[in-house]
Amino acid sequence: MSPNLTLLLVACTLIGTGVYLFLSRSLVRALMGFLLMGNGINLLFIVGSGPAGQPPIVGHSEGVMADPVPQALVLTAIVITLGMTAFVLALAHRSRQLDGLDLVRDDAESRRILELAETDNLGSVPTARETAEAIQAEGARTESRFHEEVAPPPPEEHEKGVGR
Amino acid sequence: MISAYSWVVPLLVVLPLIGAGLTLAAAGRTAIQRAVSLTVLGAMLVAAAVLLVAADRIGPQVMLVGGWLPWEGVVLVVDRLAALMVIVSTTVTMAVLGYSIGQGQSSFDDESDGHSPLPVFHPSILVLAAGVTTTFISGDLFHLYVGFEMLLAASFVLLTLGGTPERVRAGTTYVLVSLLSSMIFLVSIGLVYASTGTVNLALLSQRLGDIDPGTVGLLHLLLLIGFAVKAAVFPMSGWLPDSYPTAPAPVTAVFAGLLTKVGIYAIIRTQTLLFPHSRFDDLLLWAALLTMIFGILGAIAQDDIKRMLSYTLVSHIGFMLFGIAVGSTAGLAAAIFYTLHHILVQTTLFLVTGLVERVGGSTDTARLGDLARISPIVGVLFFIPAMNLAGIPPFSGFLGKVGLVQAGVAEGGWLPLTVVGASVLTSLLTLYAVARVWGRAFWSENPEGITGQGPLRGGHHEALGLGVLVPTIAIVVVGVGITLAAGPLYDVTTRAAVDLALREPYVVAVLQGGMP
Repeated sequence: MSPNLTLLLVACTLIGTGVYLFLSRSLVRALMGFLLMGNGINLLFIVGSGPAGQPPIVGHSEGVMADPVPQALVLTAIVITLGMTAFVLALAHRSRQLDGLDLVRDDAESRRILELAETDNLGSVPTARETAEAIQAEGARTESRFHEEVAPPPPEEHEKGVGR
Repeated sequence: MISAYSWVVPLLVVLPLIGAGLTLAAAGRTAIQRAVSLTVLGAMLVAAAVLLVAADRIGPQVMLVGGWLPWEGVVLVVDRLAALMVIVSTTVTMAVLGYSIGQGQSSFDDESDGHSPLPVFHPSILVLAAGVTTTFISGDLFHLYVGFEMLLAASFVLLTLGGTPERVRAGTTYVLVSLLSSMIFLVSIGLVYASTGTVNLALLSQRLGDIDPGTVGLLHLLLLIGFAVKAAVFPMSGWLPDSYPTAPAPVTAVFAGLLTKVGIYAIIRTQTLLFPHSRFDDLLLWAALLTMIFGILGAIAQDDIKRMLSYTLVSHIGFMLFGIAVGSTAGLAAAIFYTLHHILVQTTLFLVTGLVERVGGSTDTARLGDLARISPIVGVLFFIPAMNLAGIPPFSGFLGKVGLVQAGVAEGGWLPLTVVGASVLTSLLTLYAVARVWGRAFWSENPEGITGQGPLRGGHHEALGLGVLVPTIAIVVVGVGITLAAGPLYDVTTRAAVDLALREPYVVAVLQGGMP
């Protein structure tokens, strides 16, 4: 069996265009992509079912019947696509109601965790660097107190510094 | 095989669908909805138990829907694997439904049971149950696709209950990923039909051997990708931790238990029946390895308990995939046992996290503390499944992991042994992840004066009622019960694995000696 090249090319174009649209951040564009992909795949089922023939109704057709199974499958797939389309449209509408856009947004918590990771922050548990800095600060504080006792800085200058 | 029990098979799908219709018709009458849902799930459980016994004693139970020949119409098949999966998934759904009923009037931001302007929770969860069961018992690829779409449509509704901004955002990600995986699955079904002329699994197992190995490889890879997205196998797992944690606690619990396991089930079925000893076994081993490691590393990084659990869910998918990839009878038996265990334990943990949220007002470990003293019962209920998840002896998680490790070692070779090592490492890191949550939420100092009464909402506190405690305790007990009944259960999963590896019982039961 040699498949119908025209149908095959149409199916490929539909699926390719669909995939391109599906990659968009806009939910409605992605939905269009989904619809195109769905139609392309349905066409693929028809191509795969072999050569065209008479309507597959027993007793009403003479000669070779078309394969009825892919037609039943495609019909089911169309119904399912319709249901999914209805839901995605509702979702896009709700998304637009909420923030005026229908764009797919990033996960805020994921981004927060990523920022923590980039700054080497382990959350509430102090990092090794923070612990080291705390020890250093404590050391500097006690040491400066010791220095103050030995040679206290002139108070006027200190206050001026603060005032500036 | 068609026997006296065959008429029970379609009940597994018909009952929840009728129930969904009834609960939708009874919208607004919460009491009727609850009664119908629980009755339907109870009846499904009984039917599935009957079928498990029948499948174990007589052989796979087959129903030819509409009386068509097996390769012309839709075939429903219940073998041991399908029956086990249906029993566990229905148990989990029942517990979750009980929990959401028990939330009762106190759950103002949680529209899961009767508080939504459109009371769609009960119909949706019953359609979800019907879809999950359909995928487990369907005997052809296209019907499997229909089952997937049923459960997806229901899960879309459940995930976006209430339509809050956060849920719409999470729902968008989930919906788009699911639609894409369905498209991939549909393409592969089209190509399967074009190259073999059938979508019946039993007939496919006979015909795939006759066609070009390159074509078989393409079909196999396409099907695997479609299922791997659903099962959240790395690198197709990024959608799961983004979308699950925002849903209401019972919804997340049932999703975590069932949806990814449906993908795993589909992989087990196609891998054993259609593509035994395939060239992609090594690829699957790599996928298992990376899923385990990347999942658990993600879990460790999380502050939020729900997100941490979502990542452990991804990570432990790797264990099941490992058993499937090893492909020996021992590996399959352990993978099936681990799947059953993981459905229960993951659902339980998400339900308990719901309790934590009710007591502490948050699931963020930075805002929780001292829960073990404030609410010891939640502490115990969290501790048992958490240890079970980490695989501490004597729990079922430990038994499943031992089975997997033994199968991997028996297989030999550097790659399986590496995955064995990674699985042990993943278990340790899982223990670390849950211990970290335990330390921060249950043992650390109380940061913001949690009273144990929960946050003030609508004028009164959310406390722990018996309504939410009883279902949670029940499912914890079932999880421990699996440990106690591990011997007989492991025997059944081993027999299921033997049949899967032989392929003959399934094929003979469906085709009954005939062939087009």
